[in-house]
Order: sequence, then C-alpha cells, then structure tokens
Amino acid sequence: MPKRLCTTVAAALLLVAGLAACGDDSDSAAQPKTLTYWASNQGSSLDADKQILQPELDKFERQTGIKVTVEVVPWSDLLNRLLAAATSGQGPDVVNIGNTWSASLQATGAFIPFDDATLATVGGKDRFVPAALASAGAAGQPPTAVPIYSLAYALYYNKQMFTAAGITSPPTTWEDLVAAGKKLTNGGKWGLAIEGANVSENAHHAFTFSQQYGGEWFDPAGKPTFDTPQNVSAIKRYIDLMAVDKIANPSNAEYAQNQSVSDFANGKVGMLLWQAAGASLKAQSMAADAYGVAPVPFLQSPPAGGKRVNSMVAGINMAVFKHTKNRDAALQFVKFITSDEEQVILNKTYGSLPSVKTVSGDAAFQAPEQQALQQVLGSTAAPLPQVAQESQFETLVGTAMKELFADAASGKPITEAMVKQKLSDAQQQVRG
Amino acid sequence: MHETTGERWGRRVVLTLLTVFTVTPLYVMLSSAAKPLRDVQNDFTWLPSRPTLQAFVDMWRTVPLGRYLVNSLVVSSIAAVFSVTVAIFAAFALSRYRFRGRGVFSVTVLATQMFPGILFLLPLFLIYVNLGNATGIELYASRTGLIITYLTFSLPFSIWMLTGYFDSIPRGLDEAAAVDGAGPLRTLAQVILPSAVPGIVAVTVYAFMTAWGEVLFASVMTDGQSRTLAVGLQGYSTQYLVYWNQVMAASLVVSVPVVAGFLFLQRYFVAGLTAGAVK
Amino acid sequence: MATTTAASPQLGSQGPPGSSPVRSRRVRGARRSRLPYILLLPALVLELGVHVIPMVVGVWMSLLELTQFHIRDWSTAPFVGLENYRSTLDVDTVTGRELLHSFWVTVAYTTASVGLSWLLGASAAVFLQRPFRGRAFLRTLFLTPYALPVYAAVITWSFMYQRDTGLINHVLVDQLGVVDHRPFWLIGGNSFVAVLVVSVWRSWPFAFLCLMAGLQNVPEDLYEAAYLDGAGFWRRLQYITLPGLRPVNQVLLLVLFLWTFNDFNTPYLLFGGSAPHQADLISIHIYESSFITWDFGVGSAMSVALLLFLLVVTAGYLVLFRRRRIDA
Repeated sequence: MPKRLCTTVAAALLLVAGLAACGDDSDSAAQPKTLTYWASNQGSSLDADKQILQPELDKFERQTGIKVTVEVVPWSDLLNRLLAAATSGQGPDVVNIGNTWSASLQATGAFIPFDDATLATVGGKDRFVPAALASAGAAGQPPTAVPIYSLAYALYYNKQMFTAAGITSPPTTWEDLVAAGKKLTNGGKWGLAIEGANVSENAHHAFTFSQQYGGEWFDPAGKPTFDTPQNVSAIKRYIDLMAVDKIANPSNAEYAQNQSVSDFANGKVGMLLWQAAGASLKAQSMAADAYGVAPVPFLQSPPAGGKRVNSMVAGINMAVFKHTKNRDAALQFVKFITSDEEQVILNKTYGSLPSVKTVSGDAAFQAPEQQALQQVLGSTAAPLPQVAQESQFETLVGTAMKELFADAASGKPITEAMVKQKLSDAQQQVRG
Repeated sequence: MHETTGERWGRRVVLTLLTVFTVTPLYVMLSSAAKPLRDVQNDFTWLPSRPTLQAFVDMWRTVPLGRYLVNSLVVSSIAAVFSVTVAIFAAFALSRYRFRGRGVFSVTVLATQMFPGILFLLPLFLIYVNLGNATGIELYASRTGLIITYLTFSLPFSIWMLTGYFDSIPRGLDEAAAVDGAGPLRTLAQVILPSAVPGIVAVTVYAFMTAWGEVLFASVMTDGQSRTLAVGLQGYSTQYLVYWNQVMAASLVVSVPVVAGFLFLQRYFVAGLTAGAVK
Repeated sequence: MATTTAASPQLGSQGPPGSSPVRSRRVRGARRSRLPYILLLPALVLELGVHVIPMVVGVWMSLLELTQFHIRDWSTAPFVGLENYRSTLDVDTVTGRELLHSFWVTVAYTTASVGLSWLLGASAAVFLQRPFRGRAFLRTLFLTPYALPVYAAVITWSFMYQRDTGLINHVLVDQLGVVDHRPFWLIGGNSFVAVLVVSVWRSWPFAFLCLMAGLQNVPEDLYEAAYLDGAGFWRRLQYITLPGLRPVNQVLLLVLFLWTFNDFNTPYLLFGGSAPHQADLISIHIYESSFITWDFGVGSAMSVALLLFLLVVTAGYLVLFRRRRIDA
C-alpha cells in the first residue's frame, strides 16, 4: 500500500511539474477574435472603470473586429491573480500592471518582451515618454510592458488654510515645508498628511528622499544597500516630519486606507504628498480651486551626491502575456490604447498623464495639477530601482518605516541608530 | 429554580457584558451605514448627524453586489450539499465498518486541517488549470472550481462530526433492518439518515459557513463573473477612497439572509452538535 | 428548548469510547469488505486532489529555489534540498529570528484566543442553561457574529479601532476618560490585543454553540441532587458541569486551536496586508515571505515546519486526552 501510494504521488508530481512547464503552447492557426483584458482599478469604483473603458473597447472592436472582454481587477487581488496566471499559463491576454512590479514580473518570463521590433508594431520606442518607458523593466533588457498612464508625486496644499496661516507660496524646500507645516498645525489641524502604515507609499517616499540624499537602495550589481548613511538620513528626515517637526498628526501612523487624502479633502490637514490626487479629491467633494499643486520640495542644501529627484516615475503599464493565443491582436490593442486619441481620453478621465510624447501638450492636460505633474515627470522624476527584488524592497523597507512611524507616534525618540538597525534587519532579509 | 441572589446577579452581569461585546460592532455597522460618508470619515458619533439610506442605494452601483451575492449563495449552497453528501457516505463507512486503512484515512483527514492554506493555493491552482486543459472542464475562474475547493474544506470536520453522530445511533436498529433483509445502503437511507437529521443539518450549516466566508482562494480563483462576496466586498475600498458607509450597508444586507437562515436552523444545529461533537 | 434535546436520541458519551467500529461484526465476505472503500471513495478522491496532492507538491516546493525566475517553469527551479529550511529556521539570521518571533506571537495569540473563546462560550452556555425571559433572544444574538462574513466583521472592527475616528477611543477617552491620550490599536503593542479581540469575537459563538449543546447532555437530576447536598454554584460547576463538558471540549479545543493558529483572514484584513511586529502572526508572515516576495520555496519550507509542529501538538494532545480519560 505505501509503495503504491508513493508511485501515485510521484506520478502526480510529475504531472503537475510537466504541465506547469508547458505554459505557452499552441500558436493556434484559428485566430480567436477575442481578447481578455485585466484592467486595474483607476477610477472611483470597479464599475466606474468599466463604464469608462467599455466605449473605448467598443470603438476598438468597430475598428478591428477584435472583441475585448475587460475585467477590472481590484488592487488587492491583482498581483496574486497575475502571479497565478504567470505560473499556470492560463489567464488574460493583456493586463495592466503597476509599473513598480515591472522588473519582478519581467523575471518570470511570462510576458512578451517589447524589443525594438515589437515596440515598432505599437508605434516605436521614441513615441513614449522616456522616463515612463524606463519604468517598464530592468535596464539593459527590452521593456516587459509599455506605459499607458503616467503619474508623479506632487505637493497638494489647501489654499484657504495657507492664506489663513499667512503662507504666500507653496514650499520648495523641506525646510520651508516644515516651517509652513508648523504654521498650519494648530487647533486640531495639521500641516502634512502622511500615509504611515501604507507600506508601498512609505517605500515610494523612501526612494525620493534617498535620491535627494545621494543614496541608492540597490547597487549596480543588484545587491541591496539599505543601511547606507544616506538612506538612514533619508528615512530619518521623512519620519522626523512626525517625530521631531510634529507637523503630522501621530494618528497618521496607522493610516493605510487613503485616510490622508480624506483628511486633506475634509480640511483637517494643509498639505499632502500624493500622486494625481485630483480625481480622488473630487470624489470627496473638494473643489478643484480649493487646493493648489506644486512639485515636491527638495533639500535646501543637498549633501554631496544628492540628486535633484522629487518623485518616482509612477504609473500603470500594459503587458501582454506570452501565453496569448492572439499575439497580433493583443499588440493591436496595446497600440490602440497608446494611440493619441485614447491616451487623451483615458488619461483625462483618470487625471493622469499620457505616456506618449505626442499628446502631452494637449489642452486636456493644462490644468494646474496636470501641469505640475508634467513638469515633475519631465525633469525631476526617476524610476524606482528596476530589479527583481523591488517588491522585497517595498515590503521590507516600507514595513520598517511603518514601525518607525508607530514608534514616533507613541512619542519614542527616533535615533539614527534605530533607523540603521531597522534598515540592516530589512536588508538581511532580502533574498535572491 | 434554585438560584441564589449572587448567582442571579452574576448571571446578569456576565450576560450583559457579553451582549455589549456582541452588539457593539453590529451597532457600529448599522449606524455607519446610515451616515453620509463625510460623517463616517470624521469623529465617531453614536448617531448619524443626518440619517440617510443613500448608502443602501449606492452600494449596488459601486460594486456588482447582486452578482456577488448570487455567486456566494450558489457556491456555498452547492458546496454544502455536496460536502454533506460525501461526508455521509464516508462517515457511514467509518462508523459501521472496520477495514484496513481506516486509521490512515482518519489521520490524513485531520492533518489536512493543519496545512496553511496560502501554501497549497498555488499547487491547487496549477492542478485546476492543468485538469481544465486536459479535460475541458473549466475549474479555474469558475464557480465549479470554487465549489470543489470549498466542499473539501468542510469535509474533514463534517466527516468527523457525522461519524460521531452515527456512532451514537444504536446498532440494534441496523441489526433489525438487516434481519428484515435491508442492504447496507438501505439501512443508511432508512434507519440512519432519519435519526441523524439534526446532525446533517448542523453539518450543512457548518459547510455553508465555511464556503461563505473564505477569502484567500476566492481572491485568486475567481474572476469578475464568478467573484464571491467574501472578496467582492473589498471592492468598496477603491483607488480613490474607502466607502465605509457602503461597506457597512452591504455587509448588513448580505448578512441578513444568512443570519435569518442560520437562526431558523439553529435548533437543529444545537441538537446536532449535542450528539455529534460529544463523541 | 425541549425539542432540541428530544431530537438527539442517543448520546454518544453513553457508549464506551472507541467501541463502535471494532465491535460491529460486519467484516465478512469480500463484497462487504469492498463496500467501505467504495463509500469512502468520493471523500478520498476529493481529499487527495484538493488537499493531499497539493500538500505533497508543497513539500516538494520547499526543496526548490522557487523564485519568480522559475515560477513559470518549475522544472528549471534548482533543487536545493534542505537549504530553504536551513535559511529560514536558523535563528542566528534575521529571517530565522523573525520567524521564531512570529511563531511565539502566534502561540500566545492562539492560546489566548482559544482560552477566551472557550471561557466566554462556557459562561454564556452556563448562564443560559436555566430558562428566563429573553433567553431565546440572547441565544440568537450571541450566534450572530458566527454568521457574518469575515470581511464584514473584521472591517467593522478595524473601523472601530481607528485612533481618531474609532468608537473604542471615543468611549475610552472622550466618554469615560479612563485614558488621557488616545492609544493606538492597529499599530504598536496594542495591535496584539486588537487582533485577539477580533478573533475572540468571531470564534466564541462557535464555542458557545458547542458547549451549549454539550450541557444539554448533563442530566438535570444531577444538579438537583447536588443542590440538595448543599453544593454551591462553584462546586456544581466543578463537579458536574465541567466534567460533563469534557467530551465536547476535546473536539472543540482542538478545532479552535487549528483554526486560530492558521487563521489568515483576521490579521490580513485587520492590518491591511502587513501586520505590526507585535502582531506578526505566522500565517501572514508566511504570506509575506512567499507571495509578496515571490519566494515560494521558502514559504513552503516555513509551512512544512509549521505542519510538523501542529502534527506533534495534535498527536500529543490526543494522547494526553486519551490518557486522562482513562485515568478519570
């Protein structure tokens, strides 16, 4: 009996392994004229996204005869679903991915690489905003996706609160920001909102600050360099906004559900660092003229090696699974979404920026918010480290910062040694 | 009956505390559902500043709640029925027969309850996809796959419970049936099942609840069409904001049928556990 | 509630334990002996397909370097033997230390949750034993948390725990004034208490249900006799109620233990995917070590180690219970 059991189990293992191995099979001659598309949640609800996308998909079908079935996947599920699809070779043809996942997903080899020839079929490499395309995969490899919606961080400030506090112009340095924050902080109102328990959000700020202090999270060989003095100073600077400057409500240390945007919309806080918050603020009935948008500040006197970077290149990329049975149709769809017309329509709706150069001057993107974002993206935004361990960086460093915020909120002094310890621990847990 | 003053007060205090503990979150759900979103985002108040039922209207538009509800009801009901059917046969065998491998089977069934779900998620997913490719039966991203998964989730405890319950049905009844010429399956159908109705109802409720609340597998194994409530409710937390009031309203509304059905069956559940779990 | 007791004709506790299958003399003839296998077949196939084979695959995964580079084609994943175990279980490394920390947090969490759930369930069951007005209502009410979808329950609690806008601090600070400044519940040291309370809230109704059922098996005349002998509440509890509940407890405690130990949903939903250090439960820790960081070999190794631990605990528990039952 046990022997037979072993044989059965071994056979089952081989079955699983063998079948897992042949993920991408048949380039079937019968070209199915339907594509499945997983869209990420960009709008106010899953349903709203569907309403926004459907007319465009209908247009695509009229133009090409290819029917696209869209499913809007919530962010809470998207990465797991992509992983399952990559593992099994079963899933959609075209997907949206957060651009920070590009290198990790690229490593799976599950997506069609956009080499020059492939890029040519969707309009050519030069069509895309360089910074956005640089956030679509590891350096030196063909991008694993193409950018469709571009975003950047900006400083949102409440005009009325600024006026009331006698602040005439938005801060351009962190020192100014702290000074402004102190003026704003009184009577239950606070200077700056921080999403302190949101691990990804923390990691994005870790990146920006580290750049300004001349730090890097990975060396050119891809080894983590979390606990360098530059990174320690960078993280401490960010945490100190709550711990030392006390311009952020300690409660922000537990925020992970976009409460900081709600607080800003509700006038509880004067400043917010966010990517394209406009649409969200509108959904929470904050008038567009009630707030101003400015670039994220820099250090007044940057240390040696400090870079003039004040945002990551944020955004959404579109990738095509290798297992698609209709590669040409999938690429046609990518071309359609990155076409001038669709880039204007979709990015305008979502308050993001087009990722192709041709339409960046379009009238749709001349609102103050979009202009500020465009300025940042065009000059002072840099891509997050494009390495396969990027997700580990986000998780480990973001979590370490969450804990530091928790300490700061409970009144513990945050020392350099503490920060260094946390970052060293995080670094030692990086694998691969 | 005989209850001293001390006992009476002890009882009152304990039951009051338990009631407060149980009711508070339920009350928060109800009152938040009746608040406008801005109220919910601001400092807590016991009563809505301006009671509104708008959340109960909006919630159907923010996510396709109706579809999720139907999916959950279909998946949970079918999984529960199949789970119990399979468990009845297994429990009958375990209770009435002695055979080789009986111990191994029982231990294995128990061990399956110990493996963290997040680990066999991926292998199971692969098996479903490959089985689907090989046989043409759509297991991935379908309600069928979920039903099969969930019915096995509740199976071990169902078998365990029903075995105990069957054990408590006197064997004399079987013998009598056998004398009358009834085969084993007729004995099961005509003797055991009728005496085991409460236990079967209990196991059904348990199996239903197991499927009803599962999040992890549903998040990977469903698509927009087959998504269940347990994961679908997370759709209220969007890229822009969390619709707290709608989450609460939706949670209440979808819970009503289950709570009602559950409470209706409660008397059986109590009786079923009496005889089953006591073993 | 006479109906409920009447509906359960024979009480399992009346027969000597373990007697049934051995004594039924059905093991006769080839046809008969095949029948139990046929009856078990559906359960066996399902358990094999959905649990056992994936579990075995999981064990195999734990021997591979299964990162994102190999996830698409497992045959390319290097076989690393016990390397994943060595690197995760070595408490001299940060990874190992964190896992050990997470393990102890989980042990504490599980012990406290099972204990409290049992205590609340038993209190409710004991005090609802004797009829009074409103008893049926309370029994219904106490069971409601069990019927709520987990997401609904946990998200409501997380809402109540918010520092500025939550009910808990509103009551503690603004209304009762028992603490001066608003404590955090979702981060820092209190997060352990927070997740524990949610866990108890969700699982005590199940304990209540089982214990209430168990109490119906304790003959009423025992209480009468004890009362006539002058035994007070605590003595009756000690000598009648608790021994009467022992068979239920054996099942209940084990089930609660296994559920709570592996419970993923409660911490995951409460803390939004990344648990605070003080409440870093093992299920969520493994999730972060495998799904978030795309290293399934390591995640599998942790899971297998966990499985072995739970097997040992369960086996020990069953042996201990059996011995105590024989002693008793």
